[in-house]
Amino acid sequence: MSIFVNSSTRVLVQGITGREGQFHTRQCIEYGTKIVAGVTPGKGGTSMDDIPVYNTVKEARLATDANASMILVPPPFAADAILEATDAGMEVIVCITEGIPVMDMLRIKNYLSQKKTRLIGPNCPGIITPGECKIGIMPGAIHKPGGPVGVVSRSGTLTYEVVHQLTQVGLGQTTCIGIGGDPVNGTGFLDCLKAFNDDPATESVVMVGEIGGSAEEDASAWIADNMNKPVVGFIAGLTAPPGRRMGHAGAIVSGGKGTAAAKIEAMEAGGIHVCKDLGTLGKLCKEVF
Amino acid sequence: MKIHEYQAKELFRKYKVPVPEGGVATDTAGIIETAEKLGLPVAVKAQIHAGGRGKGGGVKVARTKDEVAAAADAILGMTLITKQTGPEGRLVKTVLIEKGVNIKKELYLSIIPDRETASITIVTSQDGGMDIEEVAEKHPERIIKVAINPLTGIQGFHLREVMFGLELDSALMKPFSIILRGLYSLFVDYDCSMLEINPLIITEEDEIIALDAKIDIDSNAMFRHADVKEMHDPNEDDPTEAEAAKYNLNYINLDGTVGNMVNGAGLAMATMDIIKQAGAEPANFLDVGGSADAEMVENGFRIILSDPKVKGILVNIFGGILRCDVLAKGVVQAAAKVQLNVPVVVRMEGTNVEEGRKILADSGMSLINATDLADAARKIAENVA
Repeated sequence: MSIFVNSSTRVLVQGITGREGQFHTRQCIEYGTKIVAGVTPGKGGTSMDDIPVYNTVKEARLATDANASMILVPPPFAADAILEATDAGMEVIVCITEGIPVMDMLRIKNYLSQKKTRLIGPNCPGIITPGECKIGIMPGAIHKPGGPVGVVSRSGTLTYEVVHQLTQVGLGQTTCIGIGGDPVNGTGFLDCLKAFNDDPATESVVMVGEIGGSAEEDASAWIADNMNKPVVGFIAGLTAPPGRRMGHAGAIVSGGKGTAAAKIEAMEAGGIHVCKDLGTLGKLCKEVF
Repeated sequence: MKIHEYQAKELFRKYKVPVPEGGVATDTAGIIETAEKLGLPVAVKAQIHAGGRGKGGGVKVARTKDEVAAAADAILGMTLITKQTGPEGRLVKTVLIEKGVNIKKELYLSIIPDRETASITIVTSQDGGMDIEEVAEKHPERIIKVAINPLTGIQGFHLREVMFGLELDSALMKPFSIILRGLYSLFVDYDCSMLEINPLIITEEDEIIALDAKIDIDSNAMFRHADVKEMHDPNEDDPTEAEAAKYNLNYINLDGTVGNMVNGAGLAMATMDIIKQAGAEPANFLDVGGSADAEMVENGFRIILSDPKVKGILVNIFGGILRCDVLAKGVVQAAAKVQLNVPVVVRMEGTNVEEGRKILADSGMSLINATDLADAARKIAENVA
């Protein structure tokens, strides 16, 4: 079992003919993901490797029964691409694109709240159910199929680091999700934690947060009252200076809010096992899980 | 991207939000000339991207021509230090001269995107003119917050919540509504990430005027705001950070002695944390990104080494799409071109890590290899101690 995506997920790629689109589509196929279509406006009727390319998402879905989309288009076109995929009835949209204006995401977030579509990202590495389906840009080889750990994170390479350590100590993963480093995103910590809690194959969860916002605090409060599986947590940015955006658009301590210290405190109050030293995260998971 | 007060006020004018009559000058003669044209008294205001200018001596009221000259001399060319500039302060090159107004009441008003509720939120208070964070702490009941769904935009009831909350005279409600609608439109049209007026004043003549104006615009939205791009003031940039940005490197200068180069923002933050935990202090944040190449690595080294505080460098790369062998070649190339006169600890993991380690080992360079993160932190801390 897993959450959100599995071996029967049928994926189309928006922006499949671009440099990034081609590269990551091939990587996903190599991992075993069922990529069934691509979409590039104006290139309908052509193909990328053996994947048929369509002009619109709706057309691609009708022809191939795709139910998930991976978006790799430049930021000025990303909001449009997300809305197109939503209206075409995609169940899961994974938007990798970094640099989408916040105003676009505010509108999308409100629009999606009336829809069944699940958006993962933007500005994220994507989602992977090891051994079954990879929709994203993460290196597949570091993952270990079969569970029992679920991973949810706001970061990219930091997630790879965490997954790598889990695999090194022999802990496989059910699903790993990068929810993205933007201030406004689709799927949040809470959505993932709820899904992991309900997933019989997931026995424990690693949650990787960073400075900015209060999503970690909200998630910790929910965990305290509802989670029946052990959670190990990590927060990046203890040494980040206030008022500066640390790479991710959402990683900023402003007006004294969103500090790593406050998040760690909330996590500990919520019964989460907080890892203070990233070098020992795998070891800690081995002890706790 | 922050813009200056005078630039923000130009945008206000465009949206029919009243601001004091004024003009910009960069020398004493220009200041005096502008003041005479406006008529005394005037306010002389330093134009830098930081709050707290008044307290730092960057804003002066001048009632006579001599006072204008004195204010001009005091403010132009001064290094203005406020609680937001840091101890190094900011050199004042431009001033805004504005006609004096008769203040009856000072309000606070700001608009921000609220990430938790995905709304556009108006924050306002009758206690304008002071530090709003202090008001929020001591008298939270005096702060009014109104959340607006960006899909439907600002409605009449939002305006009423704000205006009744501020206990405005009924005669002021119509002009205030027009101003608030204008500010909301400006906020949305220009992709603002912050718009703040402190104070928004009511004059003795019952006019509503934005006495101050602060705007921060989402830098991710610059592709649709060519006019804002032109407002960028390179004087406000940290020179090293601006240099890094030219090479698509995300660099932030810090106070410590351990330079570090990492791929990915989250891992870069975690690397800074781990340096601190090992007993040293990070000298910077540097994210080379997921698709870094040899040239970016080389530029990264150059930028880190341009900071004289740096006594050692930690390179931490988790190879995913960026393969470790490619990175290792980059490090070797960079080291050949840049004078590496400080110890460098390299920790690599992920795709093609064995090939990468071999390239480093065969290079004959005196790099310090780390087996894992904990080992890397310990080694770099020892080397700068």
